[in-house]
Amino acid sequence: MNPSAARLSSRRRAAPFPESVAMQSRPNLAGWLMVSPLALVLAVFLVAPIVLIAVVSFWTATEFSIVPAFSWENYDFLFGSSVTYRVFLNTFKYAAIVWALTFLIGFTVAYYLAFHIRTQTWQIALFLLCTIPFWTSNIIRMISWIPFLGRNGIANSALLSWGVIDAPLEWLLFSDFAVILAFVHLYTLFMVVPIFNTMMRIDKPLIEAARDAGASGPQILWNVILPLTKPGIMIGTIFVVTLVMGDFITVRFMSGSQSANVGRLISNDIALLQYPSASATAIVLLATVLLTIGILLRFVDIRKEL
Amino acid sequence: MEPRPRSFYVLSAVFALFLLFLYGPTLTIAILSFQGPGGGLTFPMRGVSTYWFHDLFAQQAVGDIWGSFGRSIVLGLMVMVTTVVVSVMGGLAFRKRFTGSGVLFYLIITALVIPSILISLGVGLMFSQADMTVHWATSGFGAQLTWTLPFGLLIMFAVFNRFDKSYEEAARDLGATPWQTLRHVVLPIIAPSLIGVALFGFTLSYDEFARTLLTAGSYNTLPLEIYGMTTNVTSPVLYALGTLTTLFSLAIIGIFLALALLGSRRRARAASDAGKGLL
Repeated sequence: MNPSAARLSSRRRAAPFPESVAMQSRPNLAGWLMVSPLALVLAVFLVAPIVLIAVVSFWTATEFSIVPAFSWENYDFLFGSSVTYRVFLNTFKYAAIVWALTFLIGFTVAYYLAFHIRTQTWQIALFLLCTIPFWTSNIIRMISWIPFLGRNGIANSALLSWGVIDAPLEWLLFSDFAVILAFVHLYTLFMVVPIFNTMMRIDKPLIEAARDAGASGPQILWNVILPLTKPGIMIGTIFVVTLVMGDFITVRFMSGSQSANVGRLISNDIALLQYPSASATAIVLLATVLLTIGILLRFVDIRKEL
Repeated sequence: MEPRPRSFYVLSAVFALFLLFLYGPTLTIAILSFQGPGGGLTFPMRGVSTYWFHDLFAQQAVGDIWGSFGRSIVLGLMVMVTTVVVSVMGGLAFRKRFTGSGVLFYLIITALVIPSILISLGVGLMFSQADMTVHWATSGFGAQLTWTLPFGLLIMFAVFNRFDKSYEEAARDLGATPWQTLRHVVLPIIAPSLIGVALFGFTLSYDEFARTLLTAGSYNTLPLEIYGMTTNVTSPVLYALGTLTTLFSLAIIGIFLALALLGSRRRARAASDAGKGLL
């Protein structure tokens, strides 16, 4: 706020008593009215569904319908099965690997755009080039790996013709490798954008000061740029981790139904109409995701970073 | 200008590879969609033709591609308009503290991070328990809003964080009513970013899969239709469809970017007349 505006608002605060009371209650009401459509949408399509899932997770299911009840059966089954632990572990594994790769690539790309591109026009142009795929279809982008990774795909024929391998690699498509490749392909943008955003706000003189004080390139990167970019990294991490942990379609499609994560566990139950069991798994998944985010949010104040 | 350090050339190469990684696969299926009639899902090309595109427009053996395309566009527009209006109102409201603003903020974050399958499952359950039929324009529409609204609101928060309040103070001092201030001062200033919110609203809805899966009902949207095709169509017609819908998305992005560019040009021309007045 500039000085004159500050003066203006302080003058208003000093207004006669009745008016200031009116001003305090009116904005609250106006705020409530303006925010009511948002609150309504979130109440009906976010809060109510979560509550319902929580309720249904205690119900029981017959072959054809679900029956209201209060039973721990679904949770007992979930926590009693070794599959659950394996699948959760697998989900964390995907999240960790994809996080590491998207962070490395995202940080490098954002660093290049923010510190090596000198004109703003080029920065914006190259940044847009990075973000455009985000606005196209994920399903199509997954399908587009088929000609690359298939048994007779581009990767195999290239490697064969170079003499690197003697027989086509079978693990390129429909494998964990393909799943992770697709995740990185789909979600690196979610790292690039927030990291680039925070990097653009780093005061350039700070870097010059570090250089004047005798810091080497790697030292500047490690001691100046990296700490100042942390909020962006955290926001990118939240996006990537939640997208990977909540996914069910990428794993199913790219692994050819050979690998599982929690999302697939839920969608399999849904396909079998086992809604109570699906709900119990969903609640545990939600708790896991929220816990992870809660921990990450301790390191960053999102509202300040926007 | 100081000379480029060596790291610049290394990073340029890395960046070029990254772009290749981003766009390469999409370009490949664009090329492969021009396979000859006998061609398969991968290289080599068996002739060059537009056979598979014709196939798309011919009588469909499975599914209803054009119907789902139409539904996706209508739904995208519905979501876009709602996202813009609700985000602007929400953004304005969040400029002042109000009772419950903290809770609402965390709900927005929850909507952003919640696994999409929970929305799909929950909304689906809710409709079935209430004896209502799921339909793309009701349950599908609401489920998609939980994904587009957080993006719209985060953009609005970012916009209002940078908003210079003295413009409003000036308008108020000149006797403008709150509505006049909003209509003639605030909205024109934030208008360019609304183009961004609209772009997010439309494209996120148009491409959404997981949240529509259990909430679209008996009429598919385009991503659902395409996903259905992956299980039973093994010809380049899949690539032809992929190429067309990607081109459509690119056209939409192009239109929005052109609008943003035009807007900023017009602003630059009609900007400040400070110092040009009669002295």
